[in-house]
Amino acid sequence: MRIGKVLQLSVTLLAAAFLLVPTIMSVLAGLTVNYFQGVRSGLTLQWVVKVWELYAGSIFLSLGLALACLAVTLVIGVPAAYALAHNPGRASRAVEEFISLPLAIPGLALALALLQLYGSYRGFRLSWTFILVGHVLYTLPFMVRSVQSVLAAIDLKTLEEGAASLGAGPARRFVDIVVPNALPGILAGALTVVTLSIGEFNLTWMLHTPYLKTLPVGLADSYASMRLEIASAYTLIFFVMIVPLLLAMQWASARAQRITQ
Amino acid sequence: MAFLPLAIARLILASGEGEAGWAIYQQILQTPRYLISLIQTVLVSLAVTIAALAVSTTAGLFLTRNRFRGRSVLLSILTLPLAFPGVVVGFMIILLGGRQGLFNTVFPGQVVFAYSIFGLFLGYLYFSIPRVLLTVMAAAEKIDPAREEAARTLGAPPHLVARDLLFPALAPALIAAGEIAFATAMGVFGTAFTLATNIDVLPMVIYTEFTSSANIAMAAALSVMLGMVTRAILFVARSFTGATVVAGG
Repeated sequence: MRIGKVLQLSVTLLAAAFLLVPTIMSVLAGLTVNYFQGVRSGLTLQWVVKVWELYAGSIFLSLGLALACLAVTLVIGVPAAYALAHNPGRASRAVEEFISLPLAIPGLALALALLQLYGSYRGFRLSWTFILVGHVLYTLPFMVRSVQSVLAAIDLKTLEEGAASLGAGPARRFVDIVVPNALPGILAGALTVVTLSIGEFNLTWMLHTPYLKTLPVGLADSYASMRLEIASAYTLIFFVMIVPLLLAMQWASARAQRITQ
Repeated sequence: MAFLPLAIARLILASGEGEAGWAIYQQILQTPRYLISLIQTVLVSLAVTIAALAVSTTAGLFLTRNRFRGRSVLLSILTLPLAFPGVVVGFMIILLGGRQGLFNTVFPGQVVFAYSIFGLFLGYLYFSIPRVLLTVMAAAEKIDPAREEAARTLGAPPHLVARDLLFPALAPALIAAGEIAFATAMGVFGTAFTLATNIDVLPMVIYTEFTSSANIAMAAALSVMLGMVTRAILFVARSFTGATVVAGG
């Protein structure tokens, strides 16, 4: 028994080291004057400043895209989840499967499909909304599922009937009953959408244009053509943005899940 | 939402619009370069799925069943890469096994593995571990350890307890987690893009067909193929595991 436990612990620790060691190396490399001489060469913020000069545009583009994507998925996703939770049945399940399709299709294929279909509309192809469409298709299922699982767990019918008997119309019920009750699911879904959109690469690499480089596209660019310290400093900036989002997302999802149980 | 079905239909149509017409799918199967990259992609994805299931199930069970100081930190570390895009994961592997990487610095010599198929395997493993871990842990928390304790008190050896009680209870979660790991490994592009210029995995081949050769029909056909092979393998896995669960029950 004891040997088994030690073995389990070592596998766990090894896995954690495998995931953590390179991230620490990357953070250090981004703050070191010269990576080849090691930390002894001194710590500096010059690479971070340099990255900011080179790639600030990409970072802001990604933030803007993520917020726009959040707005669209909220507007489409929350009513869609409500409709699905309201009318459970075969048709709803088909729609749900359909919305979830982008999870099953490789991002590259989805991007190629979008390019085939809309690539010839040059105004659209060259605009940031083209990338937005890709991000929305990819993140929408996460919003819908998150909201839907919370709505499925509460007694929506009774609440709505109560409100209706007091004279609240459908719109009023949606705003005053459905949205407040679904809030934990909406929050968890929103954080997931923003996190995924900021980090999305598979689709975006195919859809981007030289004037519209998102953060991960810029990262790929820096890995290919910049010195290791700059690539690392850029990765560090990405970590600083994504790690708090991820932690918030896990907290919100755990909170939403407690409701569904 | 009309974007989606239209786009997919257009992609399938586009694959038949090349010089070869619909025979393009036959062409894929007859061209060694495409066929080998397809097989290679499937094999790497299968290997990653098995490795991620082994590592994450071990770690997930350990973290569910033991409370100790530092547990939550360990859990955070193990789930952190969830939000890393494939490109960043590729860079992590370069830092470990690249020319200037950790292993090549600690053991000066030729310990460069980042740009090989092994490096790609490690990269895929890197982002699969957190996904599988979360699924396994969610299921493991619902299992009552009392059943296993009872079996043990009655004298059942550990391997029998694992085989007869633990794994049947975990099976649905393991299948779901394995499916996610496999499908992600088949389709992800960023890691291969950062690491590998020498390894032909299907997403890289699709990318080169599209950009360098401008062979749009072939890129579309290979994408359709990639999606269909992934679906088909998942389908076979599901019916196969479903059958053994029934037989075992």
